[in-house]
Amino acid sequence: MLADKDRIFKNLYGLHDWGLKGAMSRGSWDGTKEILARGHEEVIEEVKSSGLRGRGGAGFPTGLKWSFMPKESDGRPNYLVINADESEPGTCKDREIMRHDPHLLIEGAMIASFAMRAHTAYIYIRGEFIRERERLQAAIDQAYEAKLIGKGNKNGWDFDLYLAHGAGAYICGEETALLESLEGKKGMPRLKPPFPANVGLYGAPTTVNNVESIAVVPDIMRRGATWFAALGKPNNTGTKLFCISGHVNEPCNVEEEMGVPLRELIDKHCGGVRGGWDNLLAVIPGGSSVPCLPADQCNDLDMDFDTLKELQTGLGTAAVIVMDKSTDIVRAIARISYFYKHESCGQCTPCREGTGWMWRVLERMAEGKAEKREIDMLFDVSRQVEGHTICALGDAAAWPVQGLIRHFRHVIEERIDQYAAKPIPASVPVAAE
Amino acid sequence: MPKLIINGAEIEVPDGITLIQACEMAGVEIPRFCYHERLSIAGNCRMCLVQVEGMPKPVASCAMGVNDLRPGRDGTPPTIYTDNEAVKKDREGVLEFLLVNHPLDCPICDQGGECDLQDQTMAYGFDAGRYADNKRAVEEKYLGPLIQTYMTRCIHCTRCVRFMTEVAGVEELGAIGRGEDMEITTYLEKGMMSELSGNVVDLCPVGALTSKPYAFVSRPWELSKVESTDVMDAVGSAIRVDSRDREVLRILPRINDAVNEEWISDKTRHVWDGLRTQRLDQPYLRKRGKLQPASWDEAFAAIAKKLDGLDGKRFAAIAGDLAALEEVYALKELTEALGSPHMDCRQDGAKLDPSLGRASYLFNSAIAGIDEADAILLVGTNPRIEAPIINARIRKRYKSGEGLVPIGVIGEEADLTYPYEYLGAGPETLGQIADGSHDFSKALKNAKKPLIVIGQGALARTEGAGVLALAAKAAEKIGALTDDWNGFSVLHTAAARTGALDLGFVPGKGGKDVGGILNAAEKGDIEVVYLLGADELEVDRLGEAFVIYQGSHGDRGAHRADVILPGAAYTEKDALYVNTEGRPQEGMRAIFPPGYAREDWTIIRALSGVLGKTLPFDSQSQLRAAMFAAHPHLAMLGQVSPAGTDALHSLAKTEGKLNKARFQSPIADFYLTNPIARASAIMANLSALHAGADPGATGTDG
Amino acid sequence: MSVRRLTTDQPEGFAFSPENLTWAEATLKKYPEGKQASGVIPLLWRAQEQMGGWLPEPAIRYVADMLDMAYIRVYEVATFYTMFNLAPVGKYFVQLCGTTPCMLRGSDELKKTCREIIGEPGHVTEDGMLSWIEVECLGACCNAPMVQINKDYYEDLDGEKLAFILTELREGREVVPGPQNGRQFSAPLSGPSSLTDSELYAASIESSAMDPALMNAKAEKDGEEG
Repeated sequence: MLADKDRIFKNLYGLHDWGLKGAMSRGSWDGTKEILARGHEEVIEEVKSSGLRGRGGAGFPTGLKWSFMPKESDGRPNYLVINADESEPGTCKDREIMRHDPHLLIEGAMIASFAMRAHTAYIYIRGEFIRERERLQAAIDQAYEAKLIGKGNKNGWDFDLYLAHGAGAYICGEETALLESLEGKKGMPRLKPPFPANVGLYGAPTTVNNVESIAVVPDIMRRGATWFAALGKPNNTGTKLFCISGHVNEPCNVEEEMGVPLRELIDKHCGGVRGGWDNLLAVIPGGSSVPCLPADQCNDLDMDFDTLKELQTGLGTAAVIVMDKSTDIVRAIARISYFYKHESCGQCTPCREGTGWMWRVLERMAEGKAEKREIDMLFDVSRQVEGHTICALGDAAAWPVQGLIRHFRHVIEERIDQYAAKPIPASVPVAAE
Repeated sequence: MPKLIINGAEIEVPDGITLIQACEMAGVEIPRFCYHERLSIAGNCRMCLVQVEGMPKPVASCAMGVNDLRPGRDGTPPTIYTDNEAVKKDREGVLEFLLVNHPLDCPICDQGGECDLQDQTMAYGFDAGRYADNKRAVEEKYLGPLIQTYMTRCIHCTRCVRFMTEVAGVEELGAIGRGEDMEITTYLEKGMMSELSGNVVDLCPVGALTSKPYAFVSRPWELSKVESTDVMDAVGSAIRVDSRDREVLRILPRINDAVNEEWISDKTRHVWDGLRTQRLDQPYLRKRGKLQPASWDEAFAAIAKKLDGLDGKRFAAIAGDLAALEEVYALKELTEALGSPHMDCRQDGAKLDPSLGRASYLFNSAIAGIDEADAILLVGTNPRIEAPIINARIRKRYKSGEGLVPIGVIGEEADLTYPYEYLGAGPETLGQIADGSHDFSKALKNAKKPLIVIGQGALARTEGAGVLALAAKAAEKIGALTDDWNGFSVLHTAAARTGALDLGFVPGKGGKDVGGILNAAEKGDIEVVYLLGADELEVDRLGEAFVIYQGSHGDRGAHRADVILPGAAYTEKDALYVNTEGRPQEGMRAIFPPGYAREDWTIIRALSGVLGKTLPFDSQSQLRAAMFAAHPHLAMLGQVSPAGTDALHSLAKTEGKLNKARFQSPIADFYLTNPIARASAIMANLSALHAGADPGATGTDG
Repeated sequence: MSVRRLTTDQPEGFAFSPENLTWAEATLKKYPEGKQASGVIPLLWRAQEQMGGWLPEPAIRYVADMLDMAYIRVYEVATFYTMFNLAPVGKYFVQLCGTTPCMLRGSDELKKTCREIIGEPGHVTEDGMLSWIEVECLGACCNAPMVQINKDYYEDLDGEKLAFILTELREGREVVPGPQNGRQFSAPLSGPSSLTDSELYAASIESSAMDPALMNAKAEKDGEEG
């Protein structure tokens, strides 16, 4: 288990003062000026060598991403945009950072902006997080007031930090959709190339980072890349906030080392699976968009990017959704399918039409009102959505369905057989929604 | 010049193009729905997916620049496949998705037979769909009197939204909601306030937006299609006239990059119902104050009787706005033969004079030249209603220049769909440009290719000649008249005008212009007036004169006429027109004139015989040969013969009288500018809509 | 996502209150010149708050005019983002998370409670106090099942607890938001399994009091007040 001294999020549970005073007592804003004095490149190098991979789901190396930003301005400003549109089902970590330890994020934003030569950063927080927005704004105001950020601040890098918000659209967590939304448009992902590092917010070079990725930066800079890189496993370094929800005795958020075994995570922090480890049916290891894993693959499972990728799933946002044997897995995945249908922006044909199609078939399958050949058809449809769209929402909608069919085909088939044997009389037809 | 290997064949393509264009250059067809050459790239339909070696996912070829592709590790050029199994499956997949919620109601769909979705499904689709659940149904939307919606058919390509926003510059269409519930609509279903709205029907790749006036009229394969030229304004848009039996059923644009690209105005597109009503289908004679049907012989005899022994100087001829070269030429020959110098083609009184040289009345920069202009000054013109296609071109320039092309306006302060600097209302401001004292002069002077567009609103006034000279002076001053750029451009509003000026249909020695003819007719000095489709003048000022009206519609001129000679409308004759650039273009006959109506030049030729002044041509080819011999540039169909700048330099040296009156566009109502348009119920409807009475609005879309 | 329509019964007009107008002007300063469209979501949201939880049609035009945007563009935004309510809602507007993590922990039971107490989704109770809808993941999965009522999250619910909350609110009594089972935010129910090392917090009061940044800020603030 990760030692308390190696934890970054020391006020994860809000037991202490969230404000500037409390944050400083926990080490925030300590020597920020000296960190910046090391120079833009040095900061990027430090983050690179820490091995930090983006915490928003895709796991792209953060330092490398930063290095794509132009070093010389062609007249356009550089922007940092922080993705606080935390909406992936299962995920509730950034919320805790923003409401309980906002100064980690603010200082991280300052350092990251400096590294990328940005004088302005926007935090885009999901619209539903109203209290979190108030808290974060209060913390930003504190930082301005203490002249830690703003023009002519005492850290020596002019830096403005603004808080913007959404109004109910999961897709705005996609970085280019987020930029569109920030510009006052519908959150429809942009075509890439050009990538945001060339043409991002207001047409200027922009990097979009997840809240957690930014919030760990001050500690990396203070404690050193080697400290961070020593935690976890090679290529999967550092600590990570895990959100464990579903059928565990004590669901919780917890910071752990990358690569922590799933069983340790659940047993040590969550009081075990409801009804005992043997009662485990399946786990969705990285938020709703990654395929589920059946219990037999969970026994010796390390929670890191590479291990999970090998198992045809992913660490995603490290949101672990645990399902015990009481779960109707078909319905659970159908509900995820509904989520993606609801959140598809409607731009690309395969996602707009395919998400609804998959959901409707799954709803029927949950009742058994389907034919067995439709299982293969559903799989094929999911393959036609996957990889055929502008953004990854198509993939995210397809993967849970594929995971279900890959591991729980027998459940669907049994359901179909049961229904065929004893069909439930057709109820009065209702509209789709 | 990047190299690519497309389906095994190596090809070198220009920089900056997209993969879909590269494939086209390689002769490889890529199916598409959302992609359109003249609109921004949306990349949303996913129909144009291709496989690029080394890329994990299929690539939308419409959105991928060829310069963004990387060669292979061993240096082989980027390798693209468009015909392998994977791409075939991708296309089948996309089509299947598109059809999931498409009603497949082709038998009752107006798009049937010319539907991209239908065609591409046949070519690239799978034979059966696998979707077994309920389909989506979408409420229809009211988009005005021109566009019928069947929104259930919509495939969300957003071409219509992009067209209205980008090309038309009227941000009224949008896609509300999201996901599979996304819907195209206007704000609260108000009719679209654009002169170009009909183009969305062409752009719609399915039957979601169809032509309301054409609804259930015909199937495309039943139509005879004739390529022709529009006469609704002086742009001369390339059109295709579709007819069945004796009726024109619709008009569509043709691609002509030099003129209208592939857009036409709503007037051009929908004026066809005006071709059926108010038609003059037989000669008429005024007897005891009333117009009575007559035979051609009777009509000609009446004219001959009136002209018998009349001094030629008591005869005058006025050419209208829709007249083709042939009839103008014939009428000029006849008028001269009768010994009259009184003829004019400038119904609006514009002070344009062919003796000043062609350059003084042409849109010298050419329409395509707008794309290169780096500063634009509009003088006395509202191009949005005088020539919507040219206005769209200016807007395109504004957009391609990323808003950095300065645009100034002297005249009316109207919504032109792009921002501009308003400089002033009249000649005084133009004078400040000409003497360099105005702030905007600097922007014009700094430009490499400054463009001055002079509208009839600046010229159709008593001191119009002074304004013309002043505009030439301004053009010279700002450097718009160089060896390789002539930025002095006159924007005409009448299709007939440039051609008639080319033919010299203006007062001869001692002759009177339109104003003079009217005055003389009022006083009784002119006793016979020949109106060749001339309806845009004050006919009640013709006094006691004997009026011969030749034309296609019973409009103002016919109402005043003593003899009516029924002519052919532009869709009913092979005829030549010269557009505002000086580009001769051919209009083609799609249907025959109604009843006893005849092609116009033949009427004049026949009359000349009755009058004993037989014109020396018996066929249209003979007429054209004679006309081309006198005006060789008219034979260069489709081409502009540059007029040079000498005439303008000379003009700039002259001084004319000026007054302070503000410039005002000659067009009061875009939809009602000529007799055909005034006979059209569709145009009347649009006119009412724009006047503020929206006949079909539903209030809220609750 | 279902088809979203403006309600038929619309007010005559809309204008920001003086306070909201001041706020809006300040908000627009966050964005570079000419990019004021960036403020469309915050402004629409403020308009919705001013209207007691829903966004009327005149407000769409009002915000569009303020931001120099075409009406259709703002209409697109208002219908794309599902937090904009296009019809009136109850004084206490319950957004019930029904996505899988909440579903696994009993959101179905919460829905049943809502149906019993309030009625069908979207229905406003006769007294105007309550309405509810099911929404997608609200990002509090470790505290599932949960609902958002106006600005606050009420977490770790069951049918009974939700019924209690609805009743209390309806009768004008306050309910403390957050976990309803006594736990500390998203810590394990039986108490934190980590962050128990008191050394972590040893540096507390004195060091922060020494911090020059804070001292300065305090001094400046005192100065202003003095």
